[in-house]
Amino acid sequence: MRCNDTRELIGAYIDGELDLVRSLDIEGHLHECSACSRNYEAYHSLHRMVRNGELYFDAPAGLEKRIRKSLGRANRFSIAASTSTWRWAIVAASAAAALAILLYAGMILTSHQNWDLIARDVVSSHIRSLEPGHLYDVESNDQHNVKPWFNGKVDFSPTFKDLTDMDYNLRGGRLDAVDGRQVAVIVFTRRQHIINLYIWPSGRTGNPNEEIAARQGYNMIHWSRDGMTFWAVSDLNTDDLRKFAKAQQE
Amino acid sequence: MRFLEGDKKTSFEQSVLPHLGAAYNLARWLTRNEYDAEDVVQEAYMRAFKFFGGFRGGDSRAWLLTIVRNTCYTWLQQNRSREFATGLDQESYTAESEAPDPEANLLRNVDSEMLKRAIDELPVEFREAIVLRELEEMSYKEIADISGVPLGTVMSRLARGRKRLQQVLTRAESKERQHEVQ
Repeated sequence: MRCNDTRELIGAYIDGELDLVRSLDIEGHLHECSACSRNYEAYHSLHRMVRNGELYFDAPAGLEKRIRKSLGRANRFSIAASTSTWRWAIVAASAAAALAILLYAGMILTSHQNWDLIARDVVSSHIRSLEPGHLYDVESNDQHNVKPWFNGKVDFSPTFKDLTDMDYNLRGGRLDAVDGRQVAVIVFTRRQHIINLYIWPSGRTGNPNEEIAARQGYNMIHWSRDGMTFWAVSDLNTDDLRKFAKAQQE
Repeated sequence: MRFLEGDKKTSFEQSVLPHLGAAYNLARWLTRNEYDAEDVVQEAYMRAFKFFGGFRGGDSRAWLLTIVRNTCYTWLQQNRSREFATGLDQESYTAESEAPDPEANLLRNVDSEMLKRAIDELPVEFREAIVLRELEEMSYKEIADISGVPLGTVMSRLARGRKRLQQVLTRAESKERQHEVQ
C-alpha cells in the first residue's frame, strides 16, 4: 500500500467503510510511514471535532406543534374527501348537495396537487441526473444487462422496451428517489437528447390516458399500466416524446 | 375508512414525527437559514404524510430524510438557482489540483464557530454528505440511498469535503494566530 492510496482512502478507513484486507493494508502502512500517520491523525482529529463540535441544530420549540396541527388539518380533509359522494346524494338536501360538489372539487384538487408535486420532483430529479456522472448506475445498451441490474435493488421489475430500431437508444439505468420512494430510471438518448423513463409501482391498474406537461423547459408524459407508473422526461420535442411513450406502451 | 385514516395519522406520528430533529438539522444545513429550514421541513412533512401509504416499512428516518433532502433541493433550485448551479462537482473538481494530496495539518485551535462557518462554505453536495455522515452517523450505503448517487460518489464527496475543510480551517487557524501576535 502506497502513500497515495492511503491518503485517498483515509476517510473511508476512519469511517470503517473499507473491507478487512484494505483496512489491514492501511493499518500496516500507517505503522511504517510517519507522514501518512500524521495525515491520519489530522483527519481523525477533524472527524472527532465535527462529531463533538455541537454542530447539531435543534428544531425550534414551536415547530412540532405546527406540524401536528397541519397534519390534523390534512387528515380531516382526507377523511371528508374519502366519504363517498353517493352518501351525500342520499342526504339530498340542497345545502348538502352543494357541499358535496365542494368536497368533490376538493378531491380533484388534492389529486391534482399530488400529481403536481410528483411532476415537480420528477423534473428536479431529471435536472439533477444531467449533472456530470449522475446519469447511470449501470451503463449498457443491452436490455439484458440493464433489467437484471435492478434485481434486489428495488422490489419490482421495471418493464420497458429497447427502441433502438426507432432511434431511441438504450443507454443504461439508475436508482433514484421520487417523493421518498425508490424508483427505477431507464435512460435513452435520441440524437443529443436524453430521455429519462421513471418507473415505480403505483397500485393503479390502469390509466390509459397519457398526461402531458411541460416544466422548466422539459416535456413530460405520464401514464400508468399494469399497476406501474411511468414518467418520461426529456428536452425532446413533444411529438418525438409522444412517439416514444406510445412505443413503450405497445 | 374513518378508522383507517385515523390510523394513518397515528402511525405516521409515531414513526415519522420523532425524526423531526434530524429533519430540521439537515434542512438547516442545506438551506443555511433557520426560517427557510422551518418552511422546508413543514412542506417535507406534508409530502411525507401524503406518501406515507407508499412507505413499505424499514428505516423511517432515512425515508423522511430522503424527502427532506429532495424538498430542500427543489427549494434551492427555485430560490437560489445561481448558487445551486455553480456549487456542483464539476466546478469544484477542476478547481482542485491533480497533484498528490499534501499532508494535512493537525488542527489545534478550532472552535465550533470556525467549524460551522467552514462547513457552511462547502458546496451543498459535500455539506450534505458530511452532515449525514458525521452528525447523523449514517453509513455510506444509507447516504447513497438518500442522495440518490452511487456509493463511490459518496466516498469521493466525503473525501473532497473533508480535504476542503482541512484547508479552510488551516487557513483560518493561521489567520487567527497572526491576529493574536498583532
